[in-house]
Amino acid sequence: KGGFEGKPIAENTDSSPLSTRAHRRFCELLPQEQRSVEQSLLAQVPFEQILSLPELKANPFKERICRVFSTSPTRDSLSFEDFLDLLSVFSDTATPDIKSHYAFRIFDFDDDGTLNREDLSRLVNCLTGEGEDTRLSASEMKQLIDNILEESDIDRDGTINLSEFQHVISRSPDFASSFKIVL
Amino acid sequence: MAQPLAFILDVPETPGDQGSQEPSPYDESEVHDSFHQLIQEQSQWAAQEGLELQQREQEATGSGQQTLRRPEGTQSTATLRILASMPSRTIGRSRGAIISQYYSRTVQLRRRSSRPLLGNFVLSARPSLRLYDLELDPTAREEEEKQSLLVKELQSLAVAQRDHMLRGMPLSLAEKRSLREKSRTPRGKWRGQQGSGGVCSCCGRLRYACVLALHSLGLALLSGLQALTPWRYALKRIGGQFGSSVLSYFLFLKTLLAFNALLQLLLVAFIVGPQVAFPPALPGPAPICTGLELLTGAGCFTHTVMFYGHYGNATLNQPCGSPLDGSQCTPRAGGLPYNMPLAYLYTVGAGFFITCITLVYSMAHSFGESYRVGSTSGIHAITVFCSWDYKVTQKRASRLQQDNIRTRLKELLAEWQLRQSPRSVCGRLRQAAALGLAWLLCLGTALGCAVAIHVFSEFLIQSPEAAGQEAALLVLPLVVGLLNLGAPYLCRVLAALEPHDSPVLEVYVAICRNLILKLAILGTLCYHWLGRRVAVLQDQCWEDFVGQELYRFLVMDFVLMLLDTLFGELVWRIISEKKLKRRRKPEFDIARNVLELIYGQTLTWLGVLFSPLLPAVQIIKLLLVFYVKKTSLLANCQAPRRPWLASHMSTIFLTLLCFPAFLGAAIFLCYAVWQVKPSSTCGPFRTLDSMYEAGRVWVRYLEAAGPRVSWLPWVHRYLVENTFFVFLVSALLLAVIYLNIQVVRGQRRVICLLKEQISNEGEDKIFLINKLHSIYERKEREERSRVGTTEETAAPPTLLTDERDD
Repeated sequence: KGGFEGKPIAENTDSSPLSTRAHRRFCELLPQEQRSVEQSLLAQVPFEQILSLPELKANPFKERICRVFSTSPTRDSLSFEDFLDLLSVFSDTATPDIKSHYAFRIFDFDDDGTLNREDLSRLVNCLTGEGEDTRLSASEMKQLIDNILEESDIDRDGTINLSEFQHVISRSPDFASSFKIVL
Repeated sequence: MAQPLAFILDVPETPGDQGSQEPSPYDESEVHDSFHQLIQEQSQWAAQEGLELQQREQEATGSGQQTLRRPEGTQSTATLRILASMPSRTIGRSRGAIISQYYSRTVQLRRRSSRPLLGNFVLSARPSLRLYDLELDPTAREEEEKQSLLVKELQSLAVAQRDHMLRGMPLSLAEKRSLREKSRTPRGKWRGQQGSGGVCSCCGRLRYACVLALHSLGLALLSGLQALTPWRYALKRIGGQFGSSVLSYFLFLKTLLAFNALLQLLLVAFIVGPQVAFPPALPGPAPICTGLELLTGAGCFTHTVMFYGHYGNATLNQPCGSPLDGSQCTPRAGGLPYNMPLAYLYTVGAGFFITCITLVYSMAHSFGESYRVGSTSGIHAITVFCSWDYKVTQKRASRLQQDNIRTRLKELLAEWQLRQSPRSVCGRLRQAAALGLAWLLCLGTALGCAVAIHVFSEFLIQSPEAAGQEAALLVLPLVVGLLNLGAPYLCRVLAALEPHDSPVLEVYVAICRNLILKLAILGTLCYHWLGRRVAVLQDQCWEDFVGQELYRFLVMDFVLMLLDTLFGELVWRIISEKKLKRRRKPEFDIARNVLELIYGQTLTWLGVLFSPLLPAVQIIKLLLVFYVKKTSLLANCQAPRRPWLASHMSTIFLTLLCFPAFLGAAIFLCYAVWQVKPSSTCGPFRTLDSMYEAGRVWVRYLEAAGPRVSWLPWVHRYLVENTFFVFLVSALLLAVIYLNIQVVRGQRRVICLLKEQISNEGEDKIFLINKLHSIYERKEREERSRVGTTEETAAPPTLLTDERDD
């Protein structure tokens, strides 16, 4: 926190046209009295407000995204630094390595460092829609997860760890362009 | 490479350890001399485990591999705790693990003698088997120490490398900032600290303020430039509502605009500009402009810079040689003579050459980005992990994307099922027959269209009464345009009848057929122009006519595209909503629209030689198409059901633009320049046998000019006109391509070997996990039984202490 005193935002961040835009959007989420530069850099915005941003509103992974980037002890709010982290990972300047690293953390619903069958089935449900008529049937889900593990679990331990995940991602050239949120 | 590491398994000790009879793995200090002893011990344990051995046998018979004996949920908490702290699981979560991983990478970087390529860092998965192993280090360094080690390593790197390293680390921005500040070379800091008194501090502050002001100015400029990118907001809206695949169509349109702008700039600078500055004498009074010129290109457009016939064949701005009939000749001061025929030929040639280089470069670049070794396998995992498009921001579009992904997953599973149970010979024959029939019909349609156009164009040549009216000139473009529109619809109906296993293949087949149709039509038209029209219009300006024909085709293509958008999208949506009461809007057919763009661009390239302002017409047309398509898309359409791979698509579009389209236009141009006799009444080449003669004439002039420029005719004779050089270059190119193919094949083999190695390591890991699990299970059982016996017999405490002392 010591770096913020008296220095403008430009000094403190990596990529600044993004950070000025981000700061403007972040301040819109804060109540009126907290919108000064110093206060906004220390404020914590609860998840409900972040999830109301138009860029995140329609995303089925929005809760996971907020939880992954949150550094507050109760993990239910984002500071400006966290928000900037989020935007920089989803921007053009992040390398595919960083994107796949954070994608892995977003997909790891139980935060245990690997994607097991439960994680994968929750992931597929997010992708296809949560409603009863939009889910895959149980047999289809089992077959799909078996196929996924067959294709990507190289060391055959029944889970997908970070390196296996990154190996799958490296085979898809579209990932870096689709893992992008434009502010 | 690897030093033998002392594996110290940090397992929390339980009180029952010392009492147990068999040696536990972390107590072992003996080395097994022979495998015989090891096998004996194994079989001893196996006999003890009894029931569990049977279970393992049952599971292992199916695959012949090790499997985890129990799913993780039922394993003991101690095992789970150990599993959770495995390096492969912590690397995704713990900050310390990330720091240690990047520390090792930085060390590897420093140890390489040459500067490594910045884009080629190897993904090292297991931090455990490296030289500096901070995770299993028995002294268990704190995070701060790890961080200070990393900082020290970073300081030894060059600034650019350090920045690149920092940018690639998946840490939060605050940590990256602190690492960057700490790893900044202390020399700079010391210099800053030195100026503490008086003038020096004033200078230092002034310098700091200047640097800050420049920095913010630079940032403001950057954000201004980003805002100026044309159509940025429109493209974001399209991407947000329809996804990346529809966006790629509009990006392709932008690329075409860039190509046309480049070509037009060249032509205006070297051909149109000079001719406008020195206009030739007009042959007669200029005809009155009616509105029809915009459609036909004839009439008052004929004798303007727009068409070939207007350009002079002499040298512009020539200082007077010999004064004719005694009149005084006023030479213009500082005037440079400008050889128009040469300029015309070489500018068009240079324009095509630059377009070719740019196209091939973009195609290769796009291919390099989209091709990955092994990208055809693992389609289920790739679809699940990579197919969600985070740019989509609307709720309805998001739901649509979910529908599309669900459909795609179901299709993949169905395809997989089908592959598992291969079709019978009868079924395969039937499928081949249906496929062959559909292809035959489509090729027949293309051939039929070509024949129809040929017959119709011959009819137009033969009938002289139609040639008088200007509006009759529009008939051929109209007929061709209608055939162009209608035949793809027919092919699509045919494609719906044939069975296809893979929907992606279906789309590529549709593109292929549409392309063949357009190539057939354009081939017929080229023969009609260069073969028949030249013969018929011998003493008139046939180049003007061909240029005007292409202008007409371009304009008619635009008009028909407008009508197609109107009826195909707007009216269809109204009908389907009101009459048929369907909630689905018509889909935006990406393939057909892109092929329309490529067709229009091919017409432009075909016509550049005969109409130097045609790229400007194409630019105006593309701008209008962008706005029309965007409006219609946002109002009437929805995203296509088949999810497209956007990067593959842009590669395919550029390849289609380069190979059939540009290559065909280049062949047309070469034929027109080399083989066709230019008309004798108009244009810059009216006195020559072929357009290429102009170059030859100039080379002969240079030869006669003197020995000092003799290298240029030499180059011309031995490199341009001699075919040996071209063969040599092609042979070298083929050799390079073959080498690259072999390299890729070798890489694939290496990948297979590495995968095998990893799965062997995985079997080792499972074996060890099972062993660990059995140990803890036995401990827990003994613990439980011991607790049970103490409760039953209330043994004296001395016995317990004796056991513990053992």
